[in-house]
Amino acid sequence: MSISAPATGTRADTEAVPDAVISLRGLSVDFPVGGLFSRTVVRALRSVDLDLERGEILALVGESGSGKSTIARCIARLERPTAGQIFVDGVDVLRSEPRRASREFRSKVQMIFQDPFGSLNPAHRVQQFLERAARLHGRAKGADQMRELVAELMATVDLPMDMLDSRAFELSGGQRQRVSIARALAMDPEVILADEPTSMLDVSVRIGVLNLMRRLRDERGISMLFITHDLASARYVADRTTVMFAGELVESGASTALMARPAHPYTQLLLSAVPNPLRAGSYDPDERARLRAAVLDSESCPFDGDPNQVCSRTEPVRHDVGPAEDRHWVRCHLYRPAADVASRALAVDTVEG
Amino acid sequence: MSTIPSSPDDAPVLEVSDLSVEYHGEYRTVRAVDRVSFQIGRGEIFGLAGESGCGKSTAANAIMRLLRPPAVITGGSIRFRGRDILTLDAEELRALRWREVAMVFQSAMNSLNPVMTVGDQIVDIFTTHEGLSKSKARARAAELLELVRIDPARLRSYPHQLSGGMRQRVVIAMAVALRPHLLIMDEPTTALDVVVQQEIMAQIAELQRELGFSVLFITHDMSLMIELSHRMAVMYAGRFVETADAKTMFADPRHPYTRALINAFPPLSGPVAPLVGLGEGVRFTDIPDLREEQPGHWVAPVPVGTVIDGGRS
Repeated sequence: MSISAPATGTRADTEAVPDAVISLRGLSVDFPVGGLFSRTVVRALRSVDLDLERGEILALVGESGSGKSTIARCIARLERPTAGQIFVDGVDVLRSEPRRASREFRSKVQMIFQDPFGSLNPAHRVQQFLERAARLHGRAKGADQMRELVAELMATVDLPMDMLDSRAFELSGGQRQRVSIARALAMDPEVILADEPTSMLDVSVRIGVLNLMRRLRDERGISMLFITHDLASARYVADRTTVMFAGELVESGASTALMARPAHPYTQLLLSAVPNPLRAGSYDPDERARLRAAVLDSESCPFDGDPNQVCSRTEPVRHDVGPAEDRHWVRCHLYRPAADVASRALAVDTVEG
Repeated sequence: MSTIPSSPDDAPVLEVSDLSVEYHGEYRTVRAVDRVSFQIGRGEIFGLAGESGCGKSTAANAIMRLLRPPAVITGGSIRFRGRDILTLDAEELRALRWREVAMVFQSAMNSLNPVMTVGDQIVDIFTTHEGLSKSKARARAAELLELVRIDPARLRSYPHQLSGGMRQRVVIAMAVALRPHLLIMDEPTTALDVVVQQEIMAQIAELQRELGFSVLFITHDMSLMIELSHRMAVMYAGRFVETADAKTMFADPRHPYTRALINAFPPLSGPVAPLVGLGEGVRFTDIPDLREEQPGHWVAPVPVGTVIDGGRS
């Protein structure tokens, strides 16, 4: 992880951070709902500023519907943002390649999907997946080079060479996900967007895939955006973690610091809900109700008096938390998300008393 | 129902011994549950952990006698409060299900009838199984919703008007409506977000304390299971590989498969230490019978030379 100026308090900037391989500025996505002539929209993302740095794994955590997958789909150019900029290596790709992503872009940014049963054609052989990807992106000239590349890819993802002849339907979920990763690596990408890569795998092989992600970062310097709902695996693999709620970022920082000292009530809420054998039976409905109220309608902000950023009810001001090297910031507690979106996301469905 | 001998208080509610279930295919037969034995005491929460395809749901369905061909119970016995479940006829089974043993399935919240109000569906239980009048049944239905902290005004709602968590609460309330002795829950919170999941699990624990039923809780999530269960078993390829007190299982897992399952959930505090999962393609075969290593802690011995390394970390 490189040391650079913290990305906090830079909301006015529209330039990319120099060390960032991907920078998002003011990214917003609206989805139309209702019939053909309906003008109603659902705001899936609201002015997201995010930097993914070279050689780091950044986890994006949040509940379903928080907008984390939409971010990845925008970066992969599968979704068209309503507003905002996406910088890849400092280039505003929405402007340079407005209609569709170039092949060069696609080899730079690769995506791994949640469902390895849906993302690989079951009738194809492993060899076909890898060779096709490498050929399309001109990564190997001649049969010898191709053989070498394929062997290297299989070794990287820890699959035996004799599996090259297997068809996808013969493989287990974990093996398929490794093939998806090998296929992404065939393009020699700078960035991998991993959307819940382990949530559909059997639990005993999940750690293996997470370890593979760590290894790709350490040995190949690949940057990764790791989208997950599981805070424990975010802490395990990611250098930094960013928490999303109702289409906006609420807190970000070094994973261990953020989870040791969560500053936003929503992060505290999420962390308190993770099953944890070490504190069995500690669920406290009163504390839960207090946190919910604090997320939706906070009366005060503990960072009131922050000399760098003045609290605001209307602007998502970021306050710095803890030492600078943690790069830990939290959105001002006073800021209120749009009420309908927020309460839907929090699923407040119990009647107290 | 008249022939049921009442069991003494300390007798187990459920006794499964040497249960085997096979799926008979055209070309081959698969043994999905292989000589499995366990007991669940009164008011005990017993967890059954394992991954997809290990046979845990098949075992649960066998207890409810819900298996249909090609699945066949090929051996062993299942005794519920002293009665042999495998010999019950259709009428006795009807009386047993729901009233004595109730089940919440994995996608149970989608099992609500979308064109009937929640109230009508709950009222049905009481009018059909208890012969109550409509108005009495309605009052009981309102009590039932209050039991799971849902506003009784919701009786007039249709399932699609409720959130996923609320629907799951309704289903759990319906399962315990007739005060069963045993509640079987097969992945009851898998489709839900963690916050809602935790609230529902707390709700189940509270109901269990209040009503005193026993629970067979099935999930692949070890942290969740250890938090809720008193005792638990880990199942692999139809066999039990370890069974112990839940806290012991967490503190001192003995079988490599159990360790891999626990490792799959990295801790949320302390240093980030590298964890090792089960290597891709590692299979345990011919799993021997459990041996008692510590009082109450049973482990299937692992043959010497079994490769269990998770590869490079």
